[in-house]
Amino acid sequence: MALKQTPSQTVGPYFAYGLTPEQYGYDFRSLFGPVLAEPQAPGEHMRLTGRVFDGDGVPVNDAMIEILQADAQGRFVASRAEAAASGFRGFGRCGTGTHASLHYWFDTVKPGAAAAGDAPHIDVIVTMRGILSHAFTRVYFEDEAEANSRDPVLAALPAERRATLIARRAAQPGGVSYRFDIRMQGPKETVFFDL
Amino acid sequence: MPALSPLAPHLTPRDWASHPAYLSPGYKSTAKRGPTRPLVPLARSLGERRAPVYGHEDIGALDHDLTRNAAKNGEPLGERIWVTGRVLDEGGRPVANTLVEVWQANAAGRYVHKTDQHRAPLDPNFLGAGRCLTDAEGRYRFLTIKPGAYPWGNHPNAWRPNHIHFSLFGEYFASRLVTQMYFPGDPLLAHDPIYQSAPAGARERLISRLKLDSGGEPGFALGFEFDLVLRGAGATPMEA
Repeated sequence: MALKQTPSQTVGPYFAYGLTPEQYGYDFRSLFGPVLAEPQAPGEHMRLTGRVFDGDGVPVNDAMIEILQADAQGRFVASRAEAAASGFRGFGRCGTGTHASLHYWFDTVKPGAAAAGDAPHIDVIVTMRGILSHAFTRVYFEDEAEANSRDPVLAALPAERRATLIARRAAQPGGVSYRFDIRMQGPKETVFFDL
Repeated sequence: MPALSPLAPHLTPRDWASHPAYLSPGYKSTAKRGPTRPLVPLARSLGERRAPVYGHEDIGALDHDLTRNAAKNGEPLGERIWVTGRVLDEGGRPVANTLVEVWQANAAGRYVHKTDQHRAPLDPNFLGAGRCLTDAEGRYRFLTIKPGAYPWGNHPNAWRPNHIHFSLFGEYFASRLVTQMYFPGDPLLAHDPIYQSAPAGARERLISRLKLDSGGEPGFALGFEFDLVLRGAGATPMEA
């Protein structure tokens, strides 16, 4: 390789007016937000939500979560025009600093399996003050037990760590939601990938 | 943009000899926030997912000009600077049409962010956020104000060196980079645990270079050049 990678640095505590301005009430247009799927997007609509906890179990109020996922048919969005036509963007961004209980949230559709043998999942980037390089993790779904049991990524993990990647389903009057908490440290530290 | 295949061969790995470790004792917040267990390898094909989609229609005409994109009744105070450079992959190939997002403190070292309590003035004509897409040669360009240093709570009388935050996607989900650009000759770099967290021999890549001929009208703004190198396809990129 002719060139070396530029080192990562922390996103710091003050990203919101640049990266998530509308969510935090700044007068600057957001390029990405917590809504991945407009109402007309095909598939089972769901909310993904959770909190990020530090090593003391304290919820983090300045994390930024980004998610990338396939649509309900298991396809990744290939262009901006395609996203505009379907109402599904496939990518979202949400900070943990605006909800009273420091939740992040995304309004999306449940993804289909993107490849044979893979369980449906959502890829996640976690970044915040105090981490110097973003962390990759992944959301799987509690109600996909059979697909999860065959998924090669889950299968490669020790059973007790697998549970850190499984989102819990709750059907509420407002719709379906999945709860996915991220623990940076501790006995239930979330699995982070070297991606 | 041509339609790109969803997967491409041989995405280069994260080069941990270039990136800081998660637990970096000098930067105290890492102690409770950095992952402590070894990262779990993911099969290669899963790491080569494309970056999210966006396009030129997402970018406003003044988004790259921080001296004007939030101006209310005049010009922001401070030293005008061009910040220009290229986004390349490790093979030296330009990364075209990629989103570059920046944010920074104003000339007095104050961030617009609501939780910044530093006793320095806000500038009514400066937000401090911008973005642009790289051109076919991977070039980006911002006009902004040189950010001031500011104190933070890491250790007694700790001051961050002047810096601009950068966020980039590159071509792949896994080529994402969040980093900071510093300025040449800043005496605070030697005292900054965030800058120092990157390995010696790599951290110097975070320092921009003075570039007097950054373009634009002579005598209008100083120029600083900062190239960024992202993970990319190690072999021939595949286009469908």
